[in-house]
Amino acid sequence: MADIEVEIVGAEGKLWSGNAWQVSAKAGEGEIGILAGHEPVLSVLKPGEVRVFAERGAQPDRWQVEGGFLSFDSNHLTIVVDDAVPGARPTTTPATH
Amino acid sequence: MAGQQRVYRQRIRSTQSLKKIFRAMELIAASRIGKARARVTAATPYSRALTRAVSAVATHSNVTHPLLTARTDTDRVAVLVVTSDRGMAGAYSASAIREAERLIGRLTEAGKEPVVYATGRRAVSYYAFRGRELAGQWTGNSDAPSVDTADEIAGALLTAFDAPADQGGVSELHVVFTHFKNMVTQTPRVIRLLPLEIVEGVEPVGDDEIAPLYEFEPSPEDVLDALLPRYVRSRIYTCLLQAAASELAARQRAMHTATENAEDLVRMYTRLANQARQAEITQEISEIVSGADALAS
Repeated sequence: MADIEVEIVGAEGKLWSGNAWQVSAKAGEGEIGILAGHEPVLSVLKPGEVRVFAERGAQPDRWQVEGGFLSFDSNHLTIVVDDAVPGARPTTTPATH
Repeated sequence: MAGQQRVYRQRIRSTQSLKKIFRAMELIAASRIGKARARVTAATPYSRALTRAVSAVATHSNVTHPLLTARTDTDRVAVLVVTSDRGMAGAYSASAIREAERLIGRLTEAGKEPVVYATGRRAVSYYAFRGRELAGQWTGNSDAPSVDTADEIAGALLTAFDAPADQGGVSELHVVFTHFKNMVTQTPRVIRLLPLEIVEGVEPVGDDEIAPLYEFEPSPEDVLDALLPRYVRSRIYTCLLQAAASELAARQRAMHTATENAEDLVRMYTRLANQARQAEITQEISEIVSGADALAS
């Protein structure tokens, strides 16, 4: 199965780039999961978690984002974020959604 | 005569200590310039992604957005002048301000009413000294601008662009900044940021590469709504970064010239001091000789 190229960029520079099997994020109309061959999409990102799965069944790399957008075409995914903190959602903040 | 020598020696000493200061400033500017250029490079992927996305929305849907359409209800136009906080950078700030003044003159001739926003203490003091009002000012960190500063500036300018005509709304936004071409050439440049004209970024899209047909989520309007303010912010951030790199390059060059001038002065004063010493010795000898002559005869 083909991989997708993922690029996570912030205002001050590239935060992460690499290949992934699946990426899921909180898009404009709810959770979106992107696999290779997904139709081109340009979506607003809502505050939430971006998960990058390096391969099927692997533990995802997590990013907490404040907002931004993602664009996907020809197996290239660009996630543009305002602010991203790597890691799982901190447990100290109460879950509001 | 001895006084003459002392004066020269003093001047040599003070010029030497100035030279040390100039040299230090040159080295500081040189060490920071690499970092400033790296920042410009680092910010490129972000602005490129934004530019591509914005042009994708603009080409694939017929949405109109306030930031894309020209306003006709007001004559006020905003001018953002980007200068440095400190001097010692040659004509860097002066030429940016001169360019801004030229633009303001042009806009006034065209019947517009320019409203000036300034970043950097040099521009702020220039306008304060002339008693001209600034609609907004930001100082500090002109040689290492942060995203937060760019956010603040973009926020203020977008608010002004969104505001109704009777509440200080503006119909256009021009930015005057110094473009960093290379280490020796930096030129003041004027860009019109609002209303936006979408241009493809640094890398032109090849002919064989057709912009893909995107699915917009939730809708093209919402996507554009989220993209455009970020686009403006990123453009302003890029301008600030370019200006910072230019400032440092200008400062390095100015301080290099100043160091050389100080060396020249030290050399000249040393010659003069030597001459004065020689003249003094000659005079003393001739006084002794003529005194002896007078006694002998």
